[in-house]
Amino acid sequence: MTGFWATLAGLGDKLAAHVVLASSAIALGIAIALPLALWASRNATVSRLALGFASLVQTIPALALLALFFPILLSLRAVFGDGLPTLGFLPALLALALYALLPILRNAVTAREQMEPGVLEAADGVGMNAWQKLRLVEAPLAAPYVMAGIRTAAVWTIGAATLSTTIGQTSLGDPIFAGLQTQNWTLVLAGCVASAALAMVADALLGTIERGFAARRRWMVWTGFGLAALGIAAAAWALYGPPLRGGDGNRGRTVTIAAKQFSEQYILSRLIGDRLKQAGYRVAYRDGLGSAVIHEAVTSGAIDIAIDYTGTLWTNKLGRKDNPGRQAMYDTIVAWEAANSGARVLGRLGFENAYAFAMPRSRAGALGVTSIADLAPVSNRLVMGGDPEWFERPEWFAVREAYGLRFADTRTFSATFMYNALQSGEADVIGAYSSDGRIAADDLVTLDDPKGALPGYDALILLAPTVAQDERLRTALRPLLGAIDVEEMRRANLSVDRTDAKKVAPQEAARRLAARIGLD
Amino acid sequence: MAEGNTDTALRFDSVSKQFGAVRAVDDVTVAIAPGTFVALVGASGSGKSTLMKTVNRLVAPDSGRVLLQGEDVATLPPARLRRRIGYVFQSIGLFPHMSVAENIAIIPRLAGERIDAARIAELLELVELGDSYAGRMPSELSGGQRQRIGVARALAGDPDLLLLDEPFGALDPVTRDQLGERVRELHRDLGLTSVMVTHDMAEALLLADRVLVMDGGCIVADEEPRALVNGAGGDVAQGFVAVPRAQADRLAAMEA
Repeated sequence: MTGFWATLAGLGDKLAAHVVLASSAIALGIAIALPLALWASRNATVSRLALGFASLVQTIPALALLALFFPILLSLRAVFGDGLPTLGFLPALLALALYALLPILRNAVTAREQMEPGVLEAADGVGMNAWQKLRLVEAPLAAPYVMAGIRTAAVWTIGAATLSTTIGQTSLGDPIFAGLQTQNWTLVLAGCVASAALAMVADALLGTIERGFAARRRWMVWTGFGLAALGIAAAAWALYGPPLRGGDGNRGRTVTIAAKQFSEQYILSRLIGDRLKQAGYRVAYRDGLGSAVIHEAVTSGAIDIAIDYTGTLWTNKLGRKDNPGRQAMYDTIVAWEAANSGARVLGRLGFENAYAFAMPRSRAGALGVTSIADLAPVSNRLVMGGDPEWFERPEWFAVREAYGLRFADTRTFSATFMYNALQSGEADVIGAYSSDGRIAADDLVTLDDPKGALPGYDALILLAPTVAQDERLRTALRPLLGAIDVEEMRRANLSVDRTDAKKVAPQEAARRLAARIGLD
Repeated sequence: MAEGNTDTALRFDSVSKQFGAVRAVDDVTVAIAPGTFVALVGASGSGKSTLMKTVNRLVAPDSGRVLLQGEDVATLPPARLRRRIGYVFQSIGLFPHMSVAENIAIIPRLAGERIDAARIAELLELVELGDSYAGRMPSELSGGQRQRIGVARALAGDPDLLLLDEPFGALDPVTRDQLGERVRELHRDLGLTSVMVTHDMAEALLLADRVLVMDGGCIVADEEPRALVNGAGGDVAQGFVAVPRAQADRLAAMEA
């Protein structure tokens, strides 16, 4: 338990970022919802349209809504210029504010509908003008309802804000996503507890304000407001105020390193980060970014450095379906990035993290399967498991067609649970990753690909245009190129993914990997 | 008509109002002398409430004019016009989030004036409530007490004209009788001109100086109570008078 409390205590900066993000989103939601509710109370068409839109937004999963703002903002750069951020705070703020809209809007509209006609007639009859009627009668009568809506919105927003990690915004989702990927349940629990506690505190403060409005107790309203404002101000101070301790000062610019949502990426980003720190750079990590947005993030300069894979870029960015072989693929990609995206490929790390069909050794032996071709005749009795991307990827379609695979069922798992599914028998064969330590640890065999349907997946370092010409940075990272073979990567990945006492954090795994490949 | 045009508190001049296909008020012309207590009596849908609401512009007539002390109300800003006129609502319409004192003080407040506790107490006194009521909320009061506050609120702006829209309709008979008498006294003591809409002919006969009977948007009878009781005003008016008379006869018969 001491580990849990220490982890929880270490979440201060995530908590501060979470508070600033969620409170900004709720404030923006209120700023949009209240005038809209006012307009809706005077126009039935506006009321229908506004509530319809807000309900529609609510049906979009929060994760998808957050991700959708990336292409939206990217296209808006045509209007606002390239300075418009496409990742991080802005898209998270906009998506969460939209999400906060419905409960506030609905409660405000309901409040207006619930007002006694006699009271509203009296407001006119005693000689109130429209503004006085709003200020003296409608607003005070609606306030308790509106506050109830804001409470609901606050709890939702604080919960959904954890998902903003996936679009590169620091939040309490960071420990949750990192923990889910590395099976570090202490980290997951700490993130959940912190987020839930924050939601409960916000709910209690807003509840105090709501009861203050309902019971006409000014001091309750001001106490609630005051404490909430104090908390938000403290969080903003922690984020943007001068550092409390001296810190490492201005030793150089901050380089932001991205990590996708799996252990290898966490480890490699730390490995790169350590090298850069030694070279005098300040380093920030953006963990848990979605695979789809990470390339855009690098080319747009929102992120300075990312690790990507040739096969991923080949199909997703170059739109190619053929397989010219490892070296040709890599050369084509280096040329393409230089010509098209503005990003630069620094070089390959040495190992591949390809998709590979994996089965438990015993099961493969019993079925007499050693290659994907052997799998085809028995595939109608088997269940294939894959990560959320796998069954949408061109490689899957290519392999399926090349070998004539007809599985009885296909099931999607998060990368972590995919291996568990194989062990528990919920999947017979999975689309595993060739550098994954669990292939050896779980005694799995990877099936041969005699037709060469699966492309190569060489890991490479991608530099944003912002740092592409930074010779000091290139020099610091060059020793990593070609230095990591698949065995070392598997060992490092396993040390993070394992669930026994030998499990280590990605930072520690990166340090050990550096030592093993002869870097200090 | 007994009153001369030069001395009218309120004058309706060919006022008409149509709601869809329904002619709610049909070319009504009538003048009301200062200090008169007028009752507008009619069945539901006869146009009596609509006619009264044209006075403070809660309803805008399609044609015709309403003159308040010689001024066409259509030329006056609605909010300021309404603050000049006391209005007592059928639904009472106290603001539930304001205390009794705040409700009473609303009209002066809207005009940018503050009234002091002594004035609140004075207004409460007018409706026979103690000043201990000032700090209470409407939800703590009985229906009769609420409408007393409604009357005090209507009087707070020192109006010359008091409009009462079925003011006692929601009250129990005893409270109704007491408050009716009190309003009649206030009318006299404060020198008001009052227009009360009601469907209760007995109430109209007992409180008003002059009874206007409406039917189908037109005024079909315009009589003093005594004349109505003695058979004047035509069939529709007599139909309304017949109801309390028959009740009184049946009660009298029981006494024997």
